[in-house]
Amino acid sequence: METFFFILFAVVAIFSGLMVILKKNPIASVMFLILALFATAALYVMLMAPFMAAIQIIVYAGAIMVLFLFVVMLLNLSKIQEGGVSALKIIGALVAGGIMVAIAVVVRSIAIPADSGFLRELPAEYGTVESIGRSMFITYLLPFEIASFLLLAAIIGAVVLAKKKLE
Amino acid sequence: MNYDYNLSAIAVPLILAAGSVLVLLTDVLLGKKAKDSAYQTTLTILALAGVFCFTRWGTGGSAFFGQVYTDGFTSFFNLAFLTVGFLVVLNSPNYLIRNGIDHGEYYMLILLALLGMTFMASAGDLLIFFLGLETMSICLYVLAGFHKSRAKSNESSLKYLLLGAFFTGFLLYGMALVYGQVGSTNLAEISNYLAEAANPLGGYMGIGLALLLIGLTFKMAVVPFHFWSPDVYDGAPTPVTAFMSTAPKAAAFAAALRIFYHPGIELGIPWENVLWVLAVLTMTVGNFAALAQTSVKRMLAYSSITHAGYLLVGFLASNELGASGMLFYLFMYGFMNVGAFTIAYLVNRRGKGNYNLSDFAQLGTKSPMLAALMSIFMLSLTGIPPLAGFFGKLYIFSAAVQEGYVWLVVIAVLNSAISVFYYLRVMVMMYMREGEDLADLEKAPTVAITAVICGLAILIFGLFPSPLLDLARASIIALL
Repeated sequence: METFFFILFAVVAIFSGLMVILKKNPIASVMFLILALFATAALYVMLMAPFMAAIQIIVYAGAIMVLFLFVVMLLNLSKIQEGGVSALKIIGALVAGGIMVAIAVVVRSIAIPADSGFLRELPAEYGTVESIGRSMFITYLLPFEIASFLLLAAIIGAVVLAKKKLE
Repeated sequence: MNYDYNLSAIAVPLILAAGSVLVLLTDVLLGKKAKDSAYQTTLTILALAGVFCFTRWGTGGSAFFGQVYTDGFTSFFNLAFLTVGFLVVLNSPNYLIRNGIDHGEYYMLILLALLGMTFMASAGDLLIFFLGLETMSICLYVLAGFHKSRAKSNESSLKYLLLGAFFTGFLLYGMALVYGQVGSTNLAEISNYLAEAANPLGGYMGIGLALLLIGLTFKMAVVPFHFWSPDVYDGAPTPVTAFMSTAPKAAAFAAALRIFYHPGIELGIPWENVLWVLAVLTMTVGNFAALAQTSVKRMLAYSSITHAGYLLVGFLASNELGASGMLFYLFMYGFMNVGAFTIAYLVNRRGKGNYNLSDFAQLGTKSPMLAALMSIFMLSLTGIPPLAGFFGKLYIFSAAVQEGYVWLVVIAVLNSAISVFYYLRVMVMMYMREGEDLADLEKAPTVAITAVICGLAILIFGLFPSPLLDLARASIIALL
C-alpha cells in the first residue's frame, strides 16, 4: 500500500515537474508547479512529517504561487517563442538523462548497511510541531539566524538588480 | 539543559552582520550629504572586526552545540577574509564612481559575503557550512552584475547564478546522502564515523562525499567545473573580480579542509586518484588557456584556475605541512591577486577599456612605481624567490613529495615553468616595448595605496615567511 502511494505521488511530482519546463504557456507552467508542490507535500506526509507537508502547501502552493500567478498576469506574458529542436538540445537531453540513469543505478546498487542512519528508529515525538519548534529555536538557533541574513542579502540584491535607477 | 550560546565565539560574524545593517542605514540617512559615508563606515567595520579577530585569537573548542568552531583555523581564515575585504573595499570607490554605480548596497553586499565566508571556515555542521556558502554566493551573484548597464556584467551575473544553483543541487544531494549514512550533519560525528567504519567510503558515503566534493570544487573553479570562471571574472566589475578570485576560493578550501581533512583516516585509493587527476587537469588546462589570452583580466582569471590546481596538490598531500602550506598560500594569494587586478584596472584606463596587454607598454618609464609593483605581483604569482608566492609553492610541493606524489610535483613544477611565459610577458610589455600614444595614468590614491600594501605584504612575508607559516601550522594543529 505504501509503495503504491509512493509511486503514485512520485510519478505525479516528476510528471508535473517536467510539464513546468515543457509547457509553452506560462500560466499552465505555474499550475503544474502547484501540482508538483502538492505531490511533494504528500510525500512528506508519508515520511511522517505532516507539519512540513502543511507548511509546504500553505507557504509554497498557497502564498508563493499566488505571487507567481500575479506576476505572470501583470507582465501579460504570451507564449514563449522557441527555436525548435536543435542538435545541441538533443545532446543535452541525452547527457542529462544518462547522468540521471547512472546516479539511479549507483544508488539502487548500494545495499544499506545495518548501522546506517537510514535504518534508525524514529524518535517518538518525530515530526510534531513541538519538536520542530524546539530544534529550530534551541539547537538550530544559529542556522535559523544565518538564514535571516541570507534572505536579507537576497532581498537587497534583488532590489539592486531590479530597480531601474538606484538613488 | 545547557544552552550553548556563546556569542563571543561568533564575534567577527556578529560585527559583520551588525555592520552590514549599519552601512545600509548610514547610506540612507547620510548618503545624500556625505557621499562616501558608506565607504568609510565599511572600512571602519572591517578594521574593527580585524582587531577583534586578532586580539581574541581562537583557542579551540566549539559553541552553539558544536556547530561553530572557535579555533585558530577559524581565526586564521577570518583574518584572511577580512584582509581581502579591506583591500577590495579600499580601492573600490574609484571604479564605482567612474562607472556611475556608486551605491551603498555594494559595501553591504561585500560585508554579507564576508559573513558567509566566516561561517564556511568555522562550520562544525554541514548546515552552517551550507548557509554560509549560500549567503556568500547570493552576494557574489549580485556583485558580479552590479554594473547593470554593461551587458557583459549582466552575462557574468546570470551565468554564475544559473551554474551556481545547478551545483548547489549536487552539494545538497551529497549532504543528504552523507546525513543518511551517518545519521548526523555534525562534522565531528562524520569524522568519527569515517574513523570507525571498516570501509569509510562504503554504503552511500562514497557517492555522498563525491557529490559534496563536486559542489565545492565548483566554487574553487577546479577543472572540469571551471567553465564559468573566465566569463564571470571577465564580466564582473574589476574590484569584484579581485574579491571573487581570492576570498571565496579561500573559503571553499577552508570548508574542504574542515570536511575532508582527517589525518590518519585513509579514504582509499579511488579518492586519491580522483584528486590527483583533478589537480593535474586544473593546473594544465588553466595554464594552457592562460597562454593564449591577450586580455590581462582573462589571463588572471585562467591563472587563478591554475593556482587552484597547485592548492589541490597540497590538499591531496593532506599532511601538516601541506595543509599549513595551503593556508599560507591562500593568505598570500589574496595579496597577489588583489594587487594585480588593482593595477590592471588602473592601467586599463590608458587604453580602450579591453584590458589589453598592450596597455602596459612603457609603464616602466611612465610610472616606475606601478611597474615595479606589478612586477612583484607577477613574479610572486610565478613563484620566484624570495617573494611570498615562492614559499607557498615550496611548502605545498615539498609536502606532496613527503607523501610520495613525486610525479604530481614534477607536473606541478613543469606547469610553474610554463606559467613564467605569460606572467613575464606583462613585464616585457612594461619595460621593453614601445607603445602607441596612450593616455597618462590618472591619479587614484586609494588604488595606489592598495597596490603598495599588497606589494609590501608580499615582500615582507617573502623575506620572513616563518611567523605566518607558524601561525598557519598552529591553526592546522588546532584542526586535528
